[in-house]
Parts: sequence; structure tokens; C-alpha cells
Amino acid sequence: MIETFIRRGKAAGSYIWRTPKLLLGLVMLGSLLLLGVLGPQFIDVDKARPISVPTRKPPSAEYPLGTDGGGRDVLAVLVVGTPQTLRMGLLAGIVGVVLGTSLGLIAGYFGGRIDMVISTATDTMLTIPPLAILLVVAASVRTMSVENMALIIALLSWMFPARTIRAQVLSLREQPYVHMARLAGLSDIRIIFEEIMPNILPLAAASFVGATSGAILAGIGLEVLGMGPQRTPTLGMTIYWAQLYSALINGLWWWWLPPIIVLIILFVGLFLVSAALDEFVNPRLRRTG
Amino acid sequence: MKHSYFLRRLVMFFVVVILAATLNFIIPRLAPGDPIGAVLEELRARGASTGGDAEDEIVAAYRARFGLDQPVHIQYFRFLFNTLRFDLGHSISYYPQKVERALLRALPWTVGLLAISTLMSFAAGSFFGAMMAWPRAPGFMKRFVPMFMVLSAVPYYLLGLILVYVFAFVMRLLPLGGAYSSGTIPQLDLDFLLDVIRHGMLPALSIVLTSVGFWALGMRGVMVTVLGEDYLTLAEAKGLPDRRIFFAYAMRNALLPQVTSLAIALGTVASGSVLVEVVFNYPGIGWLLYNALRSSDYYMVQGVTFFLILTVAVSVLIVDMIYPLLDPRIER
Repeated sequence: MIETFIRRGKAAGSYIWRTPKLLLGLVMLGSLLLLGVLGPQFIDVDKARPISVPTRKPPSAEYPLGTDGGGRDVLAVLVVGTPQTLRMGLLAGIVGVVLGTSLGLIAGYFGGRIDMVISTATDTMLTIPPLAILLVVAASVRTMSVENMALIIALLSWMFPARTIRAQVLSLREQPYVHMARLAGLSDIRIIFEEIMPNILPLAAASFVGATSGAILAGIGLEVLGMGPQRTPTLGMTIYWAQLYSALINGLWWWWLPPIIVLIILFVGLFLVSAALDEFVNPRLRRTG
Repeated sequence: MKHSYFLRRLVMFFVVVILAATLNFIIPRLAPGDPIGAVLEELRARGASTGGDAEDEIVAAYRARFGLDQPVHIQYFRFLFNTLRFDLGHSISYYPQKVERALLRALPWTVGLLAISTLMSFAAGSFFGAMMAWPRAPGFMKRFVPMFMVLSAVPYYLLGLILVYVFAFVMRLLPLGGAYSSGTIPQLDLDFLLDVIRHGMLPALSIVLTSVGFWALGMRGVMVTVLGEDYLTLAEAKGLPDRRIFFAYAMRNALLPQVTSLAIALGTVASGSVLVEVVFNYPGIGWLLYNALRSSDYYMVQGVTFFLILTVAVSVLIVDMIYPLLDPRIER
């Protein structure tokens, strides 16, 4: 048991090593994680609170990334805000993928009327522009927290996983080993969990990265529009305040540039990992590029 | 078979539209903020109202005017009926401005900016993507396309902010935001047109740079399949010039699925505009929605969201209707 675990771990390790895209992506995401985990050891996170430091100071020895117009230390805001963004994305990604995978499984496996209802709902929801709905819902929620923002976003991010998984289950259902299992008298529940589930997990994992990335994108969009969580400092909210107080045309680059750079590292990292996973799941893509 | 396909799509279109209208009715009503209260607060802030009986009368008058004194189901059916006639009501914050008028005034800006940049990135991306799959493409192509792919992961408004800083603030080459210089009156002459183009440059650039990769990726995928087809081998065997094989045989066939995505992308243009318009102060649909949300202007929000969903639904419907003509295998 432990040996297979180690062997698989080694195989995964060497695959990562041989795939520069995946390696680079993981390093980028890992460095952001470290910023959130190790940051509080070195940096006083209390300085992320408003009016805790003098306002609009350029980077110096005392404030490595300067301070913003609300009296926050920008580096401390990054240390506090980055994990919040990751947490929101992971939460929304997990809820979205679990919801989507379950619906896709049910629709694909049982077919018929259930499939028609779920597929129509999926197609309908795919038509509705998510940001428009998100904005309206976000404006209706009085106190936005990281958790309820994640939930709202998750409710709009299950459609793609549902569609991918359904298509996969449709073809798996007709595989000989599934027919065999059915002839052997296995119940639907056991067929789903023991025969079909293991075969859709890689696909679910690949769509999880996509869903997480999409959720973070939506969340940052809301925050930049000033409709994110108000209590905790977030990366998007920092950009919103910088915009509102015209940091750009006052030359206060240290206010808005650091959060943008962190976000770019985050999105590019997620993109690389998700591209590498897609290639892993769908080897046809590996041939070119 | 054919009829059932079209019928199914048509039914789905109406389901989406009615669902959208219903959502639009329900969601803003769940909000704790009261639109009349918002107006009153503004009146108080300006010192125009001092509270008391007069204020109650104002509230009653407003409620009657907007039909908020009716039972909910009557409000709902009235709303549904009016929405389907495209009568979207009056804006509350800018009463008596009609919502559909505000929409029509904002629409040309959004369509102009986003449709043009979408088309530009579609053309460039499809070409680059085709080149990536083409074995005899110049080497530098293969190297700089991945850069666009990485850029496609970056949200365009973040890139937009950096572009504004560099080109508008540091180098002072282009304006900081807006659709035209303040003080000029919108009219159709060359000066105004040039002014609009100057203002549109940065937002368009940020959209194009971040979406070229998406189109290139899609095109590469299809192109790889097309290049394996027999007719391509035949074209090569006939000794046709490379250029002709590339454009007339390979790219032309690979473009078909891309055109579908283009139609959908053009349909979502309006809803994708919110962030870019807010970042660049661009007076389009997204800007309208953003401001309506800030001032809890029910009818404006409802009208804009409904319009956004409608444009997407219509473009999906058009694609679904046209697609069987292009590819007969689609109707099952």
C-alpha cells in the first residue's frame, strides 16, 4: 500500500519535472501560498488595517511597498489578501465542481427525462452572462464575506463541469465493463461509485482548476467594482480604492501595481497548471505547441 | 427531425428570456435597500426634504407611480408583460428618463469599442493559431504565440490599468479615460472621430492583447485536425503553392468552428463590457449598469441585465439556427 503510494508519488514527481509548464505553474502558485503562510511570521499583519500607518508613503525601509491612501501597509495587505483570494477561489471551485460533477453524473448515467431537465438547465444557465447576475446579487447582499461571495460564485460555476462530465459519462455508460457490472447485478449506486467515478476523476480534477480560476476571476471582478467583502482587505478591493482615489494619475504606483502583479502571477500560474492538466487528460493536445 | 431541432432551440430561447425576466424581477426585490428610501435620502441630503407628513406623501406618490403599491403577483405579471414589449420603465434616479432610451444612448459606445476589438483579435488570433499548427511556418511565429497565450490568462482590466499608467500617465501619449474629450459635443465630423479613436485605443488594446491567445488556441486545435485530412494531401500532391494551400484549403475549413465562437463572443460583448468600461470611464452599457447598481436604481438595473441576457440569447439562437446550414451533421 505504502509502496504503491511512494511509486505513484515518484511517477507524478517525474511527470511534473518533465513538464516545464506544470512545474512553472506550480512554482508560481506555491510562491503565492508561501507569501500567505510565511508572510505573517515576518510582517506585522495589523498594518493591513486602515489608519494603522501614515498615508501615501512611497516604498522605504520601513514600508517595503509603501502605504496606501487609507493608511494601510501595502505589503501587509498583500500578505493578508492573497490567502483570502486563494481561499475564495478554492471554496467556490470545490462547491462548483462537486455540484457540476454530481449533476453531470446523474444526467449522463440515468438519461431520459432527468437528463433533459438537467441539460436544459445547464444550457440555459450557460446563456446567462454570469457577471451581470453576480453584480445584481452582490449589490443585493448587504454584508459580503469571503465565504458567501464564494458560494454565490459557485452557484454560477457548475455548468462547465456538468457538461464535460455528462459527455464523458455518456460514453462510459456504454463501455463493456459497465455492461458487465450491470449484468452481474450491481446496483446503480455501486456502478456509479465503483465503475464510473474512478474514470471521471482526472477530468473532474482538470475542470476543478478551471473552475477555481474562473471563480477567482469573477471574485476579483466584483472586488475591483467595489462589491467584494468589506471587512477583510482583498487584492481586488485594494485596486478599487486605488482607482477611487485616483492613485493612477497621482503617480502612486506602489498602491495599485503590487496587487496587480500578484494577481497576474496567480492567473498565469493557474493557466499553466490547467493547460498542463488538459494535456494530461487529453493527450491529443500534446502533439503540437 | 429538422423541425424538432429548430423547435427545441426556439423553445429554449423563450425559456431563457422569461427566466431572465423573472430573475430580474425577484433578485432586486430581495435586496434590503429600498429604492424610494434612496431617493428620499438624496432629497434630505440636498436639504429638499425635512421629513414629516410631506415625506410620507412623497413616498406614497412614488410608490403609486412605480406600481410598488400593488400586490406582488400583479407587479410580476405587469412587469413581465411590459418587459416583453421592451417597455423597461423609468429610471428612478434620473426620473423621468426612460430605461430603454438610456440603453440606446449607451449602446453605440459599447458595440463600437467591443465589437471592433473582438473582430480585431479574432482575425489576428485565428491567423496566428493557424500558423502555429502549420509545419512550414516561420520559426519566430511559434515562439511569440505562447506569449499571447500567457497574456490571455490575465484579466484585461488589470492589463488595462498598466497600459493607462504607461501610455497615458507616464508617456502622456493617450487620454486617461472617457470616450471623447470633455467639452466636445458628439457630432459626426473628422475631428470628433479622431478623438473617439484616440480614446478607444487603450481599452481596445487591452482587450485585443488578452483575447488573441484564446482565438489562437481554438484555431490551432481545429487546424491540427484539418491538416490531417486527405484533401490537404491531395492539394500538396497537385503541387499547389504553399500560400494557396494554407489560406484556401486549410485555414478556410478550420475557420468554421471559430465563426461560431465569434458569433457567441459578439453576443456577449455587452456583458463583457462592465469592467473595461468602469476602468476606462467609458460611457457604455457596463458603465450604465455599474452606476445604476451604485444608486440602487431598480428599473435601470433590471432593464440593463435583461438587455444583456437578451443579446446573448439572441446570438446563441442565431448561431444554433445557422449552424445546421454550415454543418449538416449537427441536427441529430
